[in-house]
Amino acid sequence: MKNIILACLLAVSLVPAAVAQEELSGTIQIKGSDTMVNLGQAWAEAFSKAHPGVTVAVTGGGSGTGFAALIGGTCDIAEVSRTIKEKEVALAGQKGFKPVEFEVALDGLAVVVHPDNPVDALTIDQLADIFTGRVTNWKQVGGKDLPIVILSREVNSGTHIYFKEHVLRKGRKDIFDEFSPMALLMPSSQAIAEEVAGNENAVGYYGVGYVTPAQKAVAVAQDADSEYVTPEVPDIISGRYPISRPLLVYTPSAPTGVVKAFIDFVLSPEGQKIVEEVDFVPIKFR
Amino acid sequence: MRRLKEFLIEKLILLSGITVILFVVLIFVFLLKEGLAFFKEVRLSDFLGGRYWYPISEPPRFGILPLILGSFLVTAGATVFAVATSICAAFYIAEIAPARIRDFLKTGIEVLASIPSVVLGFVGMVTLVPWVKSVFHVPTGLTALSGAIMLGFMAMPTIISISEDALAAVPRHFREGSIALGATRWQTMYRVTIHAAKPGILAASMLGIGRVIGETMAVMMITGNAAVIPRTFLQPVRTLTATIAAEMGEVVHGSAHYHSLFSIGIILFLITFIINVTADFFLHRVRH
Repeated sequence: MKNIILACLLAVSLVPAAVAQEELSGTIQIKGSDTMVNLGQAWAEAFSKAHPGVTVAVTGGGSGTGFAALIGGTCDIAEVSRTIKEKEVALAGQKGFKPVEFEVALDGLAVVVHPDNPVDALTIDQLADIFTGRVTNWKQVGGKDLPIVILSREVNSGTHIYFKEHVLRKGRKDIFDEFSPMALLMPSSQAIAEEVAGNENAVGYYGVGYVTPAQKAVAVAQDADSEYVTPEVPDIISGRYPISRPLLVYTPSAPTGVVKAFIDFVLSPEGQKIVEEVDFVPIKFR
Repeated sequence: MRRLKEFLIEKLILLSGITVILFVVLIFVFLLKEGLAFFKEVRLSDFLGGRYWYPISEPPRFGILPLILGSFLVTAGATVFAVATSICAAFYIAEIAPARIRDFLKTGIEVLASIPSVVLGFVGMVTLVPWVKSVFHVPTGLTALSGAIMLGFMAMPTIISISEDALAAVPRHFREGSIALGATRWQTMYRVTIHAAKPGILAASMLGIGRVIGETMAVMMITGNAAVIPRTFLQPVRTLTATIAAEMGEVVHGSAHYHSLFSIGIILFLITFIINVTADFFLHRVRH
């Protein structure tokens, strides 16, 4: 499905020379993932510079907010970090929409600890044990004798859901593990970053773009036998780093006019260069 | 002509009064409409008594006991801290402070009242939270205690100004009588004045509590938001208000999760309503 869309896009993107001749004008409303707000903003600025007649407004609120807006008809593009739920497809169908998905970038999720924490490599199993609360002391995973403070995003975050499904539940449908009730739910990635920077007990997760020298990203391995990989861009693209996810945009139905021009721009080499500039990982240009 | 003008103004004022009440009723009806639908799917006892809050899991769990206890713990802490400090401050302002200092303090309290709660939350996050962590040697400073202290600051302006009014309303001859009988100023204050002003001070405290329990932004930033039943003040807690604020953005309209947030709203509304009615009861006693 995705391939067909991309193929279509590629086919159409060969023509836009003719389309771009007409001066584009109009407004585009973009809503959704907090993770992607900066990315959306950067695209919007570059796009409006190239087409002064187009205004692009970007707001956050969470992937769920993006889908809600898409279904409610209050945005033209939803930026999201999770795929659409069946319930949402059904709701959109009732309104006469048939949402279309585009993969626009990749995001590696870094697991971060305080730089003084001696733990610098963990397996997915160990991460699952830590975040579900089965392991409560750093010494159980080779660290100091200190309690573990779990930091997570709020439930309105696509990052929260992705981490639960792919780390806590290891992508399997028969595991029903939850974040430990002791987990601190922080309102933003920035809040997690600040708490990790100031607290040796803390462990959190967020997109690689938010990692600074004040936090340490641990190397992650699929299991004890495989190699430990730190979240570096080449390893995220190649898939060697085990926790990365696609960043997506949805349109209510097949895009036309300015919205289509915008999505073409996002998927163009220029748009993908912006992805790199705001510390996400470009999808391999196909 | 004058009659007509009088008539129009009178009706306009009446209309404004009715509008306010109408809004309250509409809000309550809306809350009930959206919230009560939830109880078709979940039993009230599971909602109020459940120990786990996993609203988006399959199957979801909607237990708000940890949230209620979280709200109560933070509120209780803030009340103890704010009421004690505020009554002392009100006494100083009403009874002891010379006029110039009194004006200065009153302005200061108004400024405190006007600080937006998100700013207080932010200041708390970077100053109070690390302090709590290092002083009490706890794993994290994002605790009920941090929330209680910050909320205490938010409740203080309300409690101080209303208590001070109550103290100022105590008739002069009460104090004069007491001093004439040989009591010191301190004895007068804590044996006579405080008793005369007690209903007002209670009302002030209740209004302060009402403000604390409804506060959202600052709590969300500094209490850690872990939905676990709290055992001590030095543990993270999640409050009712923070839960609504944090989750409303995501929720799929019409889902059980959506209705559950409105049900939390009803619970909050009931709590603040009871608190305000109690405060009103005490305020009326002052007037009679």
